[in-house]
Amino acid sequence: MTTELTAGKKFSALVDIPRCIGCESCSVACKLYNGLDWDEERKQLTALDRAAEPNKGLWPEDWTSIAQYNPEKDGTQTIRFVKSQCFHCDEPACASACFSKAFQKLPEGPVIYDQSLCVGCRYCMLACPFDIIKFEWGKAIPGCRKCQMCAPRVVSGESPACVTACPTGALFYGEEKEVLAEAKRRIIAGGYIDHIFGESEAGGTGWLYISDIPFEEMRFRTDVTTKPLPSYTESYMAATPFIGVGWAAVLAGLYVYNNKGKDHLD
Amino acid sequence: METARKRWTFKMTPWRGVFLLIALLALAIILVRLVLGLGATTNLNDQWPWGFWISFDVLLGVALAGGGYGIALIVYVLRRDKFYPIARSAMLTSLLGYVIVVLGLLIEVGQWFNFYKPFISWGHHSVLFEVFWCISMYTLIQVLEFGEIATEKVFKGAHKFLKLIMPVLLVIGITLPTLHQSSLGGLYYEMIGKLDPLWWSPLLPPFFLVSSFFVGPAMIVIETALAQKATNHEAPVPVLKGLVKISAVAMLIYFLAKIGDLYVAGEIGNAFAGTFASNMFLLELGVGCVVPLLLFFGGLCAKRGGLILYGVCTVAGVVMNRFNVVLTGMSDYLNRGGGGYFPAWTEFAVSAGLVCIAFLVYLFVADNFNITGKHEQEEASFARDGKFITD
Repeated sequence: MTTELTAGKKFSALVDIPRCIGCESCSVACKLYNGLDWDEERKQLTALDRAAEPNKGLWPEDWTSIAQYNPEKDGTQTIRFVKSQCFHCDEPACASACFSKAFQKLPEGPVIYDQSLCVGCRYCMLACPFDIIKFEWGKAIPGCRKCQMCAPRVVSGESPACVTACPTGALFYGEEKEVLAEAKRRIIAGGYIDHIFGESEAGGTGWLYISDIPFEEMRFRTDVTTKPLPSYTESYMAATPFIGVGWAAVLAGLYVYNNKGKDHLD
Repeated sequence: METARKRWTFKMTPWRGVFLLIALLALAIILVRLVLGLGATTNLNDQWPWGFWISFDVLLGVALAGGGYGIALIVYVLRRDKFYPIARSAMLTSLLGYVIVVLGLLIEVGQWFNFYKPFISWGHHSVLFEVFWCISMYTLIQVLEFGEIATEKVFKGAHKFLKLIMPVLLVIGITLPTLHQSSLGGLYYEMIGKLDPLWWSPLLPPFFLVSSFFVGPAMIVIETALAQKATNHEAPVPVLKGLVKISAVAMLIYFLAKIGDLYVAGEIGNAFAGTFASNMFLLELGVGCVVPLLLFFGGLCAKRGGLILYGVCTVAGVVMNRFNVVLTGMSDYLNRGGGGYFPAWTEFAVSAGLVCIAFLVYLFVADNFNITGKHEQEEASFARDGKFITD
């Protein structure tokens, strides 16, 4: 799948919150590129409405959304638009939670989903540290839905559709190292709070955010663990086969010992 | 035909009729779920992907069926022969419990026809992978174990073979539940920061394992009390007393570990915070551990009444624990952006229907097979059939 252009490279994106004007070109580009349906009722929602939704405007057919917050800055009320989509974690909890490998992290960066392997247990939805994954509750044959970071575009060296459509430079895309360096450069240049959301959250994510307003005022999950989530289960799963075999051996020994010279029970 | 009618019986009683009606209602709802999807038959949503079916049918079902592996360990491996009279019925109940769990899971997952995918596409980093493999293998093992009883009556040719491999089945059949009972707790490792610290702990797997072990005898006490009425098979009090003793010791260890764990995590204060979650936590530990421990160590478990009370409290405690992990302990996090979840009546009805199906199958098996393990009865039943087998 990988082309010469992207071989050995890993890509990520930066969302520069103060630069976003809320035009929602990204949402439209996402719909068009991924062939996602429009819902007549949800089409009427404003960015302000979406900020009040439990899911911040992410539905099975809406993989990215813009929500509007009205925080205070220097004593006056201001407007900020925040784009939501899958964070494409470096060590994705969804992929480690999936028992049939329906989720996988591509070396180029995107975390993608394959419905043909999915059983529909929804453990991924609970495991996701940012509650991104949606489920098609209304379908007889439902699957999970989330941003795929336009994986076919990314592996062929193009940027995701949303990034391409952004007219203000609020979305910056490139190789992981360049993107992180750009985020740091912008923070040093001034006007931002000194925190790159996603640099260490959930063990590091492929999508980073910088902002001039504290993240917790815009419904970011700032209390998320910085330890990669898969690490919580890795050692447990690694020990399991040994515990199993050891315990079976102990049981077999006890069985033989305790049954010696006795009539077998039916 | 004459002999066939004699060999299979199922006596219809009013209670069995009620079970049958609820089971039929559940089957109808399951049909709707298959055609219209989970959205039409449950109140689950994107904030609450797991709800009543996962907590009741799966987490609780597996825990309450824990009496099977516990009794197999005590009777067949440790050879405490005095508990043998209840071994067969306890293991049958466990098998039925697992059949319910597997059926419940098939209805619960979105793409049920893909149920076999983890067998061929190994997501072996997932705790759920281990749970899936162990539960499916263990259900198969239990079917074979029951096969040893069933072949006393049907497919008699296989009886000798099953008897021969019984030790292997028993050893694997105790190992697998030990693994998946604890792994059901391990599923919630990944919910760090989401699950209330009153329940989230690095010790979740051992907590789930030990609670499934001590709830086993409690279930057996209740089951035998119920079965006594339905099948006239009375379990002797000393046998139940001995089981409850084992259960109470395990519960004491669990209780002390739970307190110690909270203390180390610095969460003791939160247990008395007066919130809904903390009150549920106190209720769970109070009814489920403190009361049964006082009953036992206060010497009140000498008679059938005390034993039954011990059983009811212990089972209630484990019921609350599993619901608290899946629902209560998660609600602060899952509801923080608005929304919420309360099970739909159809969710209750399907779970009730599955339990009724298990009751009906149990009664059918109890009517038709020798689950008391008494040889006199076995011979009598063969004599009635006019067919003897020589061993």
